[in-house]
Amino acid sequence: MTASIRLQREPFDAAHEAARLLRGRTDVGAVVTFTGICRGEEADAPLVAMTLEHYPGMAEAEVGRHVEAAQRRWPLLGVTVIHRFGRLAPGDQIVLVVTAAAHRQDAFAAAEYLMDYLKTRAPFWKRVETAREAVWVEAKQSDDALAERWMPSPGGRAAAE
Amino acid sequence: MKLRYFAWVRERIGKAEENVDLPSGIVTVADLVDWLSGRGEEYAHAFDNPKVIRAAIDRSHVKPDTPITGAQEIAFFPPMTGG
Repeated sequence: MTASIRLQREPFDAAHEAARLLRGRTDVGAVVTFTGICRGEEADAPLVAMTLEHYPGMAEAEVGRHVEAAQRRWPLLGVTVIHRFGRLAPGDQIVLVVTAAAHRQDAFAAAEYLMDYLKTRAPFWKRVETAREAVWVEAKQSDDALAERWMPSPGGRAAAE
Repeated sequence: MKLRYFAWVRERIGKAEENVDLPSGIVTVADLVDWLSGRGEEYAHAFDNPKVIRAAIDRSHVKPDTPITGAQEIAFFPPMTGG
């Protein structure tokens, strides 16, 4: 299975990345392409810029671990994850997740799983600048809750998938 | 041992990384946080709420009770906000 993981400053081309996963294949029936984008406001104040700090080495390793986990969990035929770092402006792309599978349920579920984990376990930190101040974005409990729902429950419900 | 700091942990301590010689008796990540807190005001400020500090040993997430034996690099950072 083709897995491509990249961290980079530059923007990416989502359509190009999805096409790369499909090239020469006829077994893919579903491709899900998710793009995360820098919004123009944070806590009701207009955003001037967002800077993404990351832990080089660990970020690639951590994303790789989650891609491997997604491959074990769903019958994926291809995965691409690209995460940018550095200074971004409103409207700029932040992250790309592309998943390819024979069927849509697997492609959708894997893309959502990867995004939920990227939001909580990948070592990136956002600093946002508004007109008044520059502050570190705080991790959201709602993101932790979304990531937790992918974990096996004590009764082993997830094992029944 | 190499220590690395990120985000506001890095800002409060005033450096992104350093090499330290640890005294004996520091067994776990939590022990290391305690020892670092005593090194100066900037460290105490960074670690004043240990519950929000996350750690990684050799680029993998670890819990506070994880032993640090054999670690090459230990990093401390706030909860992540990627994606």
